[in-house]
Amino acid sequence: MPLVRIENISKSFGKNRVLDGITFDIEPGAVKVIIGPSGTGKSTLLRCINMLAPPDSGKIWLQDTEITAPHTDLIKIRQKIGMVFQHFALFKHLRAVDNVALGLHRVKKMNRSDAYEKAKQNLQKVGMQDHGDKYPAQLSGGQQQRVGIARALAMDPLLMLFDEPTSALDPELIGEVLMVMQKLALEGMTMVCVTHEMGFAKSVANEIIFMEGGHILEASPPAEMFNNPRNERTRSFLHKINELYGESK
Amino acid sequence: MSFFAVLPKYLPDLAHGLWLTIALTLIAAALGFLLSVPLVLALLYTKGIPRMLARLFITLVRGTPLLVQLFFIYYGIPALGIRIQPFNAALIGFILNSAAYQAEYLKGGFMAISSEQMEAAYSIGLSKWQAVRVVIFPQAFRFAIPALSNEIIYLVKYTSVAYVIQVPELLSQAKFFASDTFFHLQIYFLIGVVYLLLIWVVSKLSDMLEHKLHIPGFDIAHLR
Ligand SMILES: Nc1ncnc2c1ncn2[C@@H]1O[C@H](COP(=O)(O)OP(=O)(O)OP(=O)(O)O)[C@@H](O)[C@H]1O
Ligand SMILES: [Mg+2]
Repeated sequence: MPLVRIENISKSFGKNRVLDGITFDIEPGAVKVIIGPSGTGKSTLLRCINMLAPPDSGKIWLQDTEITAPHTDLIKIRQKIGMVFQHFALFKHLRAVDNVALGLHRVKKMNRSDAYEKAKQNLQKVGMQDHGDKYPAQLSGGQQQRVGIARALAMDPLLMLFDEPTSALDPELIGEVLMVMQKLALEGMTMVCVTHEMGFAKSVANEIIFMEGGHILEASPPAEMFNNPRNERTRSFLHKINELYGESK
Repeated sequence: MSFFAVLPKYLPDLAHGLWLTIALTLIAAALGFLLSVPLVLALLYTKGIPRMLARLFITLVRGTPLLVQLFFIYYGIPALGIRIQPFNAALIGFILNSAAYQAEYLKGGFMAISSEQMEAAYSIGLSKWQAVRVVIFPQAFRFAIPALSNEIIYLVKYTSVAYVIQVPELLSQAKFFASDTFFHLQIYFLIGVVYLLLIWVVSKLSDMLEHKLHIPGFDIAHLR
């Protein structure tokens, strides 16, 4: 059984039809990379999957729960789906360790000391154990993003969503975040990543999904996508990415 | 007789007036703040009737002169058959007035926070009200401290308006003193200095609060 089933979802903002009949499954342990031009609905798709932006039509299942059904307990669902944001979105008034412990204490109702213990373990996972006492403004972008990943991981999610996690970072900081993501993938985490880091896509993705105009134009394993794109649009988009980000390693 | 010869006789009255001024300010600031929080939350995070009521209240308070509000309470409540002391009438007026302004200042703080903060809070499973309480409000409050302390400074000065509804606060006492002794210039200079001192204390306290709650990333970076 797939971990997530996305069935024919559509979403509009006013007259702007941002997602137009998206269907795909996410198998447990899969790593999917979503690419596509700006404004194509990639972020909106991720935000549908954790119901931050509920689709107008279509259905999404997480295991055997239809999360798009009315009266679904979204608080329960969202704990199982971690999200990592382009601009980190750390809680700016809280130290790194508080950021990670907050959900454990307030949502999972762990007592304070257990929550902080677990928060520290998760900071360790992303190599941020020495910076727990710092506020977001005292951390570099790469460090903030790793805390963002730890905050999501601490909730023990079944699935992690990454929305361009490295695109706001200086080039020399991208590596440390990709390394954490790569490690997660190797440990078997199910991941959906919107990213244009093709090196990462090639080495860890099972499938690359090319989106344009609210549709999935092509979805295939990286080797096939890169060597033999079926769609003309995919071909020209990949060509552009290579020009922008350099030939992927 | 010189000004300083007659002053001691009036000092207890002036001190009492000062005390009333301070009491009006502190109670109105504190209770006004307590009221401003539900007001701003209703304004920003509810729909329908609660939001409408909050907006109506703020519009009424901001859209009418403070004096009109005080007269309305002072003369209006007795018309309903309820006796009310001048001080209490003034207090109610200042609390309600300050609540509306503080709600507006808090709103400014809320607006300074990016929508990603709320999304991040939702994404780890916080409920809307949890997110507002533990993520949004603490940040909004910090952003609003300078404006809120400005409001207290205004309050110190606005309390002097209470003299028109017979509250014997500092300005009233100065007026009594002046009409008894004709030392107009001296007494108004003196209470001017007293107001100045009060306001100096308020701004020091607000600096201390800001310092105590200071968190990296919440200062106006380009000024430091
Ligand atoms: N909350 C919203 N209200 C109105 N329009 C929105 C909203 N969110 C997104 N949109 C619009 O939906 C379209 C798709 O946005 P989305 O952010 O999903 O694209 P994207 O593929 O992630 O683009 P990018 O690569 O620039 O991040 C855009 O035209 C955007 O303006
Ligand atoms: Mg996007």
